[in-house]
Amino acid sequence: MIRIQCPFCGLRDHAEFQYIGDATKVRPETAARGHEEKWFDYVYIRDNPKGPHEEYWQHIFGCRSLVKVKRDTVTHEIIDTGLPHKILAPVDGTKN
Amino acid sequence: MAFNKREQVYRLPDGGYINRLAPLSFKFDGQQLTGFEGDTVASALLANGVRLVGRSFKYHRPRGIYSAGIEEPNALVALRSGARHEPNTRATTAELFAGLEATSQNRWPNLLLDILQINNLASPILSAGFYYKTFMGLPGWKFYEYFIRKAAGMGHGTTDNDPDKYEKKHLHCDILVVGGGPTGISAALTAGRSGARVILIDSSNTFGGQLNSEAEIINNQPAQNWIRQCVAELESIPNVRVSTRTMAFGYYDSNVVNAIESVADHVLTPPPFHPRQRLWQIRAKRVVLATGATERPIVFQNNDRPGIMLASAARKYINHFAVKPGNRAVVFANNDDGYKTALDLSRAGVQLQAVIDSRNKVIGDWKEKLKAKDIELITGSAVINTHGYLGLTGVDVAALSGDSKKILGPSRFFSVDLLAISGGWNPNIHLHCHAGGRPKYNGAIEAFVPGDRSQEGYCVGASNGSFALVDCLKEGSEIGATLSSELSFDKPPFALPTVIQQPINPVKALWRVPGKGMKFVDLQDDVTEADIILAHREGYTSVEHLKRYTTLGMGTDQGKTSNLNGHAIMAEERAETIEDVGTTMFRPPFAPISMGVLAGRDVGLSYSARRRTAIHDWHEENGAVFVEAGQWLRAQYYLRKNEPNLKKNMDVAIAREVKAVRQGVGLVDVSTLGKIDIQGEDAAEFLNRIYTNGWKQLPVGRARYGIMLREDGLVFDDGTTSRLSENHYFMTTTTTNAAAVLSHMEYYLQVHWNDLDVKITSVTEQWAAMALSGPKSRQILSTIAPNLDVSNEDFPFMGVRQTQIFQIPSRVFRISFSGELAYEINVPADYGYDIWNYIINTGSQYGIIPYGTEAMGIMRIEKGHVAGAELDGRTTAKDLGLQKLLSSKKSFVGLPMLGREGLQDTQRPTLVGLVPVDKRSRIKSGAILVQDPTVAPPVSKLGHVSSSAYLSPTLGHPISLGFVIGGLNRANNTVWAMSPLHGEYHEVEIVDPVFYDKASERLHG
Repeated sequence: MIRIQCPFCGLRDHAEFQYIGDATKVRPETAARGHEEKWFDYVYIRDNPKGPHEEYWQHIFGCRSLVKVKRDTVTHEIIDTGLPHKILAPVDGTKN
Repeated sequence: MAFNKREQVYRLPDGGYINRLAPLSFKFDGQQLTGFEGDTVASALLANGVRLVGRSFKYHRPRGIYSAGIEEPNALVALRSGARHEPNTRATTAELFAGLEATSQNRWPNLLLDILQINNLASPILSAGFYYKTFMGLPGWKFYEYFIRKAAGMGHGTTDNDPDKYEKKHLHCDILVVGGGPTGISAALTAGRSGARVILIDSSNTFGGQLNSEAEIINNQPAQNWIRQCVAELESIPNVRVSTRTMAFGYYDSNVVNAIESVADHVLTPPPFHPRQRLWQIRAKRVVLATGATERPIVFQNNDRPGIMLASAARKYINHFAVKPGNRAVVFANNDDGYKTALDLSRAGVQLQAVIDSRNKVIGDWKEKLKAKDIELITGSAVINTHGYLGLTGVDVAALSGDSKKILGPSRFFSVDLLAISGGWNPNIHLHCHAGGRPKYNGAIEAFVPGDRSQEGYCVGASNGSFALVDCLKEGSEIGATLSSELSFDKPPFALPTVIQQPINPVKALWRVPGKGMKFVDLQDDVTEADIILAHREGYTSVEHLKRYTTLGMGTDQGKTSNLNGHAIMAEERAETIEDVGTTMFRPPFAPISMGVLAGRDVGLSYSARRRTAIHDWHEENGAVFVEAGQWLRAQYYLRKNEPNLKKNMDVAIAREVKAVRQGVGLVDVSTLGKIDIQGEDAAEFLNRIYTNGWKQLPVGRARYGIMLREDGLVFDDGTTSRLSENHYFMTTTTTNAAAVLSHMEYYLQVHWNDLDVKITSVTEQWAAMALSGPKSRQILSTIAPNLDVSNEDFPFMGVRQTQIFQIPSRVFRISFSGELAYEINVPADYGYDIWNYIINTGSQYGIIPYGTEAMGIMRIEKGHVAGAELDGRTTAKDLGLQKLLSSKKSFVGLPMLGREGLQDTQRPTLVGLVPVDKRSRIKSGAILVQDPTVAPPVSKLGHVSSSAYLSPTLGHPISLGFVIGGLNRANNTVWAMSPLHGEYHEVEIVDPVFYDKASERLHG
């Protein structure tokens, strides 16, 4: 029942979105040997934080834009959203 | 049947909110009875003097009507018959209608003589956990379990399809008010007058809530007049919407409350074009939770007999339904409800024997009022036992010690058929807790009240622990005004109505009366005080463990009358406070709801979207048998006019289609393949990163096969991509992964590679696609596309041409899934049907026939092409024999993880072909490959069968693809394909996965 602010389409029901994954993981820049640990961490290791968490959702039944969402995993409150490269507002910042 | 007034012997001569001019006849257990419009099944049964309505869950004890509302633990009946049969319906909320059929449950052969009442005699050993402790672990548990489950039970559902329709609707408002009692009405009225968009809902069929059960006075008039005026005003305000028979059952994230409107539960069958029920999803800026409170019983010996009911229920039957719940009564309470009930009972002509108050001191004029009616008041005492097997005949009353732990002195017997009890009131904080709010204990009312709230939902009135009518009216109007002004509406006028408020004596906790015997805490689940003591003794002391060990509160009533009593007894056993012991979580739904309303219209053919290709109608007109491929319907094979749809004809059709393609020419609809248009200056670089093989050298007018990996290095999808012009590519994906591949690529483009100039979009539905396959396909193509040079030199294998067919711009790809010379023709979807028809007509001189997915699948297995069953998310490129597609000159998605030990393991099963040694047996896909089928499990697995063709018409025997450890190193050896579930064991020979035309000369020809 949560609603997500899409940067292009406005406030939309989450049923229009598809959950993509953790937005805090950084994809290693190089595929060269010797970076296996970084890749292992990127592909497999996920935190399960209690509280604010950044994740990607995709507006698949709308503009198909990937949306970065800061969501509180306890209250499901959406704290901030934006395009994938936006630095989202801190928790105590202004809400949408 | 003519209405006979004398039948309803317990009906009062006047009063109540029933329509005496509208008698309704109904049946209970086959007996013809009469009630009035406005009755519930329970009130109509009581009016007819029916007291015994069910047998209990475990001990099969006779039970009656215990409450007058949604909290009912006992009076569960089955309503209606046939496909509309509905078990476990609360007789206390089911509205009476003409022709209603109700049957009692959990008894055999009938209510009066229930064979399993033997369980009652055995009750000393049937304590919590008895069955598991006794039978589990013994041989034959499965045998006992059947009888145990049969003995304990609820009603039985029907297996027929539900003939009724259900709807889902959405609503938005500023302020939603849940509950139409005095609190909710005041809140809705105040908010509505301010101009806010207000919705007021109530689960019952009329507004008024608790006021309907009482003889209250508001503004010097019966409370009913006030309710009527308020509701009339609410209905006249355009921004207010009111709805009865609408129960809020859950409070979800983002201030969404879901409610069910019972549109046609109160009639025999829904009127034409009406749903049975409607699910409302209401999104509100603010929610007022005026959900009231539920009375709780007191736990004492034999407190479950028919004739024992909650005090508030007794008042409701008198005041609302004009039904006398008994002839001679005792009232037993630890709060002022006892007095109110006694006076109402007395006014209704019930002979009141005594009022038993467990408290010692009473303030106010209750004593005088009782005296005026000549009713005995016994303070500091309790009902310690009751008598009467099929219905109450008497109660024993004795004095209690100051701490209520001991019975003092001898008991007095009262001959009664009604015992009204009240142990205090529990605020209905369910929705507050669904929303994420916490409960907190309030010692003043001895109940949990709302603690911190998590969303914009505000408990007021009785749900907030404010039980006095004057407080309800005040809190309701205040919250209506506060929330309206929060939402920037003008503060509206609201004059508080005048009410007479009696001083309230505080409730004194009395969770259980001392004494032995069966003292029921949870009447629906037959959980007794002894079970809770046992749970405590055996270490199940947390409320969550207590619940699961004893089943306390696990019935359809979710412990509405029992949870707090149970938790309080546990607290006493643990010698801790109720606050510390806590309460179990409240979760939606508030009361049982039907599955039908959750499904709504999404049933049958509407369960999921159906996708049909542009050529679908042609297939339908020409004998196609369809198969579901995800949401798509695809032609599986085509039957001729003289071939009925029998299995043998399916084999004939498939063989015919394969033969046509291998020897002549066939046409297959491949429109369901995912199609993605890729454009931009960096398109080649993008493909280079997505696919494992190289794409920078692909010339315009050529196609290439590619595989893409997931980040973990396993194969994700395969397909061909063609270069249509300098910066314009066209990708195909498998049918199943079409959406996932698009999303996968969008993720990289938007998140990681947003510096690339690439735009992608799905064009699956814009193009109709058909593969013209077989040695004679070239002749047909040259006829339908006269402008195209179709020679092998000018249009070689993997060539791509844009041309016109019948003047329609078309794309022709020389690619092949069947292994034959083949052309995939794409035309704008709107022309799909006509071009297909044109090709079939043009090709008739070459013997062209359409072929379906079965023939296509067999031919791809003959060629050893991998498909969905091989690309199952567990295989690497090497497992599939596609390692040559892994470029060593560039990076691509999945490359960094490819080097992992597990993916490089030489013991990984790899792709092979399999042929049954007897050349006859049909090998099931999914069969496990083992060395020796006679070894008892656990058997080490060599691999599995992924795809099977039960008959390759080309080779004349069955063939399969599979994965086996060692792969083709085992070629010409045999292993066993076993499917223990089907009892099938077949010896198979390992061969090359390419069964047909290993050198691929045919598709290059």
